[in-house]
Amino acid sequence: MIRVINATKSFNGNKVLDNVSSDFEEGKTNLVIGRSGSGKTVLLKSIVGLLELDSGEIWYDNARFDTLDFRGRKLIRKGIGMLFQGSALFDSMTVEENVMFKLNMFTGMSHSEKRKRVDFCLDRVNIRNANKMLPSELSGGMRKRVAIARAIALNPRYLFCDEPNSGLDPKTAILIDNLIKDITEDYKMTTIVNTHDMNSVMEIGEKVVFIARGVKYWEGTNSEILKSDCKPLNDFIFASKLARQLKN
Amino acid sequence: MKLLASIGRYFILLGKIFKKPEKHSVYYRQTIKELIYLGVNSIGIVIIISVFMGAVITLQTAYNTENPIYPRYLIGLGCRDSIILEFSSTVVALILAGKVGSHIASEIGTMRVTEQIDALEIMGVNTASYLILPKIIATVIFHPLLTLMSITVGIFGGWLAGITTGVISSGDFIYGIQYAFIPYYITYSLIKTVVFAFIISSVAGYQGFFVSGGSLEVGRASTRSVVYSCILILLFNLILTQLLLS
Ligand SMILES: Nc1ncnc2c1ncn2[C@@H]1O[C@H](COP(=O)(O)OP(=O)(O)OP(=O)(O)O)[C@@H](O)[C@H]1O
Ligand SMILES: [Mg+2]
Repeated sequence: MIRVINATKSFNGNKVLDNVSSDFEEGKTNLVIGRSGSGKTVLLKSIVGLLELDSGEIWYDNARFDTLDFRGRKLIRKGIGMLFQGSALFDSMTVEENVMFKLNMFTGMSHSEKRKRVDFCLDRVNIRNANKMLPSELSGGMRKRVAIARAIALNPRYLFCDEPNSGLDPKTAILIDNLIKDITEDYKMTTIVNTHDMNSVMEIGEKVVFIARGVKYWEGTNSEILKSDCKPLNDFIFASKLARQLKN
Repeated sequence: MKLLASIGRYFILLGKIFKKPEKHSVYYRQTIKELIYLGVNSIGIVIIISVFMGAVITLQTAYNTENPIYPRYLIGLGCRDSIILEFSSTVVALILAGKVGSHIASEIGTMRVTEQIDALEIMGVNTASYLILPKIIATVIFHPLLTLMSITVGIFGGWLAGITTGVISSGDFIYGIQYAFIPYYITYSLIKTVVFAFIISSVAGYQGFFVSGGSLEVGRASTRSVVYSCILILLFNLILTQLLLS
């Protein structure tokens, strides 16, 4: 479980996170939703320690993360897999080397074991026959999927995905959503996914946290979300004409 | 004030770079890669520049010593000493600061702005060390070899220019380059090269590592790395010369 307590963060006096608290449970896909610029990425980066909070606490199970030093964080980070909004693949390495990176760095696996693991991970995200390609030779959606494969290479305990299916076609998007849900359940991971895609919310949102302008307005499950009377949330969900018509 | 802060940040970064590597085999492989990128790929430019500079130095020395009181072999001697003492260490380092330094700064800077360094950080990798240490080691090992190559080819260029233009005979030139040879000059040149190589790779690594913003910033960082390392090279050239030759 990951627990965020009163997370607050400003950039140059501009409050981007304002007292956000929430629990993200193990074995569940936890979704953080909100409009563009609402602070989702900043929240996720604060949870993994790429940004430091101005105040507040971050807990990974029983360990308080935000006060740890590099060495303490390193122990927890070995169990973290993260998908960045822009994929962040290592562009000087091939697809295979990208996925293999953590295995090379942190395990004593033999080369054939590593190859097998890489193929398994790439297979899970439906990437085949691209092992020797460079990230620059892939489409945006393929890059995203390779990045997911890299994130899950070492069976993480905590998985963070920043907009895993933005830029993907609806079918692949659902595939990726379900993949994330499946591996979360299979390996009992604590997963946090940032998204603004309502399809993902309905598909895999076992727990949904809604933030707007850095404030948490609502949290609940995807079965409750359509019935909520939280005004900013409804503005977000029913932004499109189609959604409004469906509601009425 | 800002300068002091930068210097402080530079030394803190160095502290991180020289931590014990988490996995030797990975670092070893990186270093080999960098030896090729930063070292082997610079051989061509060093050779071309050295041949021409050796030739020009010889011709200039020849035209400035046309007075018959100077023995002709002085041309060879002058060519040898200018190349060993100054050209193959300092001038070559300035050129490598442009080639190697900008390469390092833009590579690491791009990794920073495309969040690749963040991705490494998340994995629990000591990013400063993983990215910069292999580059420092590769340049510190390979640049002295480049200097030796540059000395050899530079003197050869001088000889070639001398005999093809007829300003000096082959025998005089060879006598000159052997005359009153001080082997310590080579040591001095190599010591300088090692220091310059460290400056080039660490300053460029620093500039790349702390880029923030977008691709425009990467370009600026790469320019800054060249300017700062050139200034530092000239400064340390002065200091080392005073220390080693006085
Ligand atoms: N490094 C930074 N410096 C200054 N401001 C920042 C920085 N990072 C984010 N912000 C600001 O924080 C706010 C929230 O940004 P964030 O990236 O978290 O949005 P988001 O919810 O992830 O949006 P999107 O869905 O478009 O990715 C934005 O207004 C942004 O301008
Ligand atoms: Mg975002």
